[in-house]
Amino acid sequence: MKKRVFEGGVDYVQILDKDGKVDEELEPKIAGDTLKKMYYHMVLQRKWDRKNMALQRTGRIFTYAPCEGQEGVQIGAMMATEAQDWIFPTYRESYLYHLRGVPLWKINLTWRGMEDGLKLDPKLRMWPAAIPIGTQLPYGAGAGYTIKMRGEKAAVLVFGGDGATSEGEFHDALNFSGVFETPCVFLISNNGWAISTPRKIQTKAETIAQKALAYGFQGLQVDGNDILAVYKYVKEALERARSGKGPFLIEAITYRMGPHTTADDPKRYRSEEEVAYWRERDPIERFKKYLYRKNLLNEEEEKKIEEETQKIVEEEVKKMEEFKPDPKDIFKYQYGGKFALTKNLEEQMKECFGE
Amino acid sequence: MKAHMVKALNMALYQEMERDESIVVLGEDVGVNGGVFRVTEGLYEKFGRRRVMDTPLSEAGIIGFSIGMATTGLRPIAEIQFQGFDYNAYHHIQQHASKIRNRTRGMMHCPMIVRLPYSGGIRALEHHSDSLETIYIHLPGIIVVCPSSPYEAKGLLAACARAEDPVMFFEPKRLYRAFKEEVPEERYEIELGKANVVKKGGDVTLISWGAMTYLCKMAVEELEKKGIDVEHIDLRTLHPCDWETVVQSVKKTGRCVVVHEAVKTLGFGAEIATRIMEKAFYYLEAPIKRVTAWDINIPLPALEDYYFPDKERIIKGVEEVMKEG
Ligand SMILES: Cc1ncc(C[n+]2csc(CCOP(=O)(O)OP(=O)(O)O)c2C)c(N)n1
Ligand SMILES: [Mg+2]
Repeated sequence: MKKRVFEGGVDYVQILDKDGKVDEELEPKIAGDTLKKMYYHMVLQRKWDRKNMALQRTGRIFTYAPCEGQEGVQIGAMMATEAQDWIFPTYRESYLYHLRGVPLWKINLTWRGMEDGLKLDPKLRMWPAAIPIGTQLPYGAGAGYTIKMRGEKAAVLVFGGDGATSEGEFHDALNFSGVFETPCVFLISNNGWAISTPRKIQTKAETIAQKALAYGFQGLQVDGNDILAVYKYVKEALERARSGKGPFLIEAITYRMGPHTTADDPKRYRSEEEVAYWRERDPIERFKKYLYRKNLLNEEEEKKIEEETQKIVEEEVKKMEEFKPDPKDIFKYQYGGKFALTKNLEEQMKECFGE
Repeated sequence: MKAHMVKALNMALYQEMERDESIVVLGEDVGVNGGVFRVTEGLYEKFGRRRVMDTPLSEAGIIGFSIGMATTGLRPIAEIQFQGFDYNAYHHIQQHASKIRNRTRGMMHCPMIVRLPYSGGIRALEHHSDSLETIYIHLPGIIVVCPSSPYEAKGLLAACARAEDPVMFFEPKRLYRAFKEEVPEERYEIELGKANVVKKGGDVTLISWGAMTYLCKMAVEELEKKGIDVEHIDLRTLHPCDWETVVQSVKKTGRCVVVHEAVKTLGFGAEIATRIMEKAFYYLEAPIKRVTAWDINIPLPALEDYYFPDKERIIKGVEEVMKEG
């Protein structure tokens, strides 16, 4: 006997094409204010992002992982969450803390080399950005279990890159999440590259989204530069998760316009043509066209947002530069409770500071 | 009641889970089967599968999942079936469990216990018998605990269940059923970070933990008959270590022998000896002696006994140190 024991497939969705034309059948109903807020954040994020590149060049922050080109995935997904949802970002999503009220100057402290940038109230429900690739994925799965155990109506949004899908953690996270049906949405920003390694070297599979099927749940591919598609499907997946229907994988196709980090030179591994192709698919430009067409934005307002965001960025840099870390903090948070400052550490602290 | 270590650990887990609803036990075969060593026996029946989880077979997955739970409000107690298989999970401990408190300047922490049946002496297959406590002691932010008897095991595990940071709980599996002793049925804690002076003495300080403490106790009895008055210290918490107790003892005796099952090179004995040099050098009357496993890969069971320190080697080590100076 021979019979087919598994069937599966993966869809790709785009709602807003590169010219800002909308697929009316798929167009989500989003309040005008929300759409405007999306635009505002994308613009502010890009201003901040470019500013940070410049700040690094002048030595005022020590490194930075730019997100230009990926604003659609990042803002779209984050705005689809609710306050009770946990977020597990990577270094590339550092702007997203701002959407839960962390000021930009504070986020930048991390890029300036100070732990204080991650001194975040756990009530924000945002994990400190993961630097070791993929590690956040199983932590997100575990956080989903906490939500489940407590019977909360919440979900977890876990970010990751295309490179991260090759790490064992990707497998562990999806496997554990599937088996224990944790309320997790794994959002892979497939930006084509992991430093200089192209997506095709990460996996022979046609899509990353299809990998969900092997773990017993569904995957979807979306145009990551289309904020409407990201918002709509991440929101749907989070709602599914909150209502106890288990995990979901979304692969958002996007592109990192800048270098991997300030230490990287992308000219070594990718062509100008490729970058130009993606420049035409910019997530902000097409969304702007959409807003104009919907009468939610006009030239005057656009200019106002430009000026306002520029001003914010400048002010935040000043605040960042004013902050002074307490050197003794490097000893103080190794342990809590009775080990908070052991005699051993106290002695070393005194030696370090010449007391 | 009289109990061996497996029973003592089991009682502790049972009581802690009753006391604190946020505790979740997870690992390979810990549920229905009660763990391959039966440490988690009966927990599944009592607390159900949501709190006693049979997981997929992945050490990295178990620890990764646990870190997610621990940093969002639960208190996972994970079992790694054999410590020799924890390397796949080590990066999670090193990169995040140990660092999350400092990274967030105290805003988040990771209260979890990883139970690690470790070392040899039970005639196990290759890769099941390592003693790698040192790789965790090397990590700031991690607590490393190693009980040496049923009584110690229960009290230490109870204390760990209320600790604020990740605990690597090394269980000397050769002691699991080696002997029984009186273990109170009611809950009690043994303070973390505090070494136990097993026996006071004036001639020489003998330092051990885990299964080696058991052997040392026997050696101490024989040495006493030979007229050597040993001060025996069981470290219990290896990290952060109770250096005061160690240093004070050596200042008193002027002699020291450290015993461990790990290999000699960069075993914890190296750190202990150095600390003593830093703090009590002028009190020493003889070089510090390390009685350890040899610097070789651990042999299969047929030749395993050549590898570990035994009672005779401990006695010989102490006698050597007594002859000097
Ligand atoms: C475990 C680990 N290995 C290697 C690195 C070095 N590294 C930093 S980012 C990166 C590429 C990540 O690519 P991807 O997951 O696609 O995310 P992207 O940077 O494109 O957002 C590498 C190899 C790391 N941080 N962690
Ligand atoms: Mg990438």
